[in-house]
Amino acid sequence: MQGRVNLAEIYRSEYGRILASLIRVVRDFSLAEDSLQEAFAIAVAQWEEKGPPPNPAAWLMTTARNKAIDQIRRRTMAENKHNEMITLGTAEGSAPVSSDSLRLIFTCCHPAIAPESQIALTLRTVCGLQTEEIARAFLVPVPTIAQRIVRAKAKIKNAGIPYEVPEEDQLAERLESVLTVIYLVFNEGYSASFGANLLRAELCGEAIRLARQLVALLPSETEPRALLALMLLNDARRSARTDEKGELVLLEDQDRTRWDKAKIEEGRALVDAVVREGPPTSYAVQAAILAVHTAAATSEETDWKQISALYGVLAQINPSPVIELNRAIAVGMADGFEHALTLIDKIELPDYYLLPASRADLLRRLGRNEEAAKAYRSALKLVSNEAERRYLERRLQEVISG
Amino acid sequence: MSIGAALVRLEVEFQKFMQYALLIYQSETWESLPKEEKNRIHEDCGAWHEELVRAGHARTCFGLRPATMATTVRTNSGRALVTDGPFAETKEVLGGLEVVECKDLDQAIAIAKRFPALRVGFAMEVRPTLSGECKEE
Repeated sequence: MQGRVNLAEIYRSEYGRILASLIRVVRDFSLAEDSLQEAFAIAVAQWEEKGPPPNPAAWLMTTARNKAIDQIRRRTMAENKHNEMITLGTAEGSAPVSSDSLRLIFTCCHPAIAPESQIALTLRTVCGLQTEEIARAFLVPVPTIAQRIVRAKAKIKNAGIPYEVPEEDQLAERLESVLTVIYLVFNEGYSASFGANLLRAELCGEAIRLARQLVALLPSETEPRALLALMLLNDARRSARTDEKGELVLLEDQDRTRWDKAKIEEGRALVDAVVREGPPTSYAVQAAILAVHTAAATSEETDWKQISALYGVLAQINPSPVIELNRAIAVGMADGFEHALTLIDKIELPDYYLLPASRADLLRRLGRNEEAAKAYRSALKLVSNEAERRYLERRLQEVISG
Repeated sequence: MSIGAALVRLEVEFQKFMQYALLIYQSETWESLPKEEKNRIHEDCGAWHEELVRAGHARTCFGLRPATMATTVRTNSGRALVTDGPFAETKEVLGGLEVVECKDLDQAIAIAKRFPALRVGFAMEVRPTLSGECKEE
C-alpha cells in the first residue's frame, strides 16, 4: 500500500523530469514515453511486492532507458540499419536534468505546433497528465486529445523541431509562446472552475506548477515571474468566487477572509520585484492590478485611481477593447459612474456579454433600473457560462422588482 | 536524488541534416508593384540565395513563371483532362521554391525570416521533404 502511494507521488513530481532526460538520451518522443510507461508498469508490480527501491526516480530512469535500448536494438536489427549505432558507456555524473526539463517545455510549446496541440502535449509530457484527464478537463472527447498529441509528436519528428532551449536572440519570442500556453491552461481552469468539476480547477494548479518550474529554470527572466504572480493573485481568490450554493460571487462582494493569504503575499512580492526590474510588461501590469485589489481589506478601500491608471498603462502596451472596458469600469469606480458610461458607449465589442453586463451594472448603481434591465437582457442573450447566467438573472430580478 | 547519476550514455548516430522546401508564396499586390521595386526585390532575393549557397544550406532553387502560364492535367471519369491555369485558383500563388539543408526546423525558420520579399507581403511555407523511397507506414 505504502509503495502505491509513493508511486503516485513520484509519478506527479518526477514524470516530466525523467521523460525530459529520457528524450535527450533516446532522441525519440514516443519511444521515451512508451519506455517510461513500461517502467512505471513494472514498478507497480515490483514495488507492491518488494517495496520501493532507495532511489525510485533513478530506478525508473534506468529501467525505462533499458527498455528503450532494447527497442532500438530490435528496430535496428529488423531494419538492418547500420547508421544507428548504439554504444553503452559509463554512467554520467550529475547530468543537467533541469536543462532537459526546459528543453522539453520549449519543444512542446514550439510555435510550429498548433496551439491546442501545444497545450495537450505540454500537459501530457511535462505535467504527466493522462490523455483521459486532459480530455475531461477541456471537456472534449478523448480521441480528440489523443489525436492532437499524436499530431504534435509527428510534427516534432518529421518537421525536425529541435529538442533544445532557443538561442538568446530567439529566447524572448519563444518564451512568449511558452507563457501563452501556461496562461491558457490556467484560464481554462479558472474561467470554468465553478461547480463540481474539480479537475478543471486542477488545471490552475498545473499552470502554476509549470510557471514555478519555468521561474526556477530561467531565474533572470522577468516575464515568467510576472505570469506566476498574475496566476497566484487570481488563484488566491478562487474559493471566494463561489458561495456555498456554487453561485458566482463578484470581487466586490467576496468574503476576503477566504482569500489565500500565502498566495497573495507570494504574488505581491513577485510583482514588486518585477515592476522594479524594468519597463512594465502586460503580465506584470495585470498582476499589479490584482495586487492593488488584494491590498484592500474591504472593497470600499480599493484604490480605484491607481487601478484605472494601471489599466491606462495596460491599454498602451496591449491596446484592446476588453482592456478599455476594464479601464472604463475602474474609472467609474474612481470618478463616477456617469463618466464610465460615456467611456463604455465608445467601446465596440460585439457578442461580448461583459460589455452589456457592465453597462447594466453601472445603470443599476445609478438607479436607472429600466435601462439596466434592458442591458441585463442583452447580456443574457450572449452569456454562455451557467453560473454567470444565474448571476445576471438575479440582478435582472433585482432591478425589475426594485 | 539524481536521475543523472543513473544515466548511462547512449550515443545514437542520427541523420545529421534535414531537408526543407521553402515554398515562396507571392502576395496579391506583387504584380502591381513598380518595375524598379520588383527588381530591387529580385536583387535582394538573389543575395539571400547567394548567402545560403555560401553557408552550405542551398540545395536547389527555382522561380516559377506566372500562374497564367500554367496548364493542369487531371483525370475526369478515367479520361485525362487538360485545362488552362493552375490547379487551385487562390489569391496566394506559388512563385518559386528554394530547397535547403538545415540542422533543424529552427534553422530553416531563421532562413525564411530573412527572405527579402516578406517585406512586400510574401509568405514562405517551410515544408520538410521526403527522402528516399516514398512509402506509407
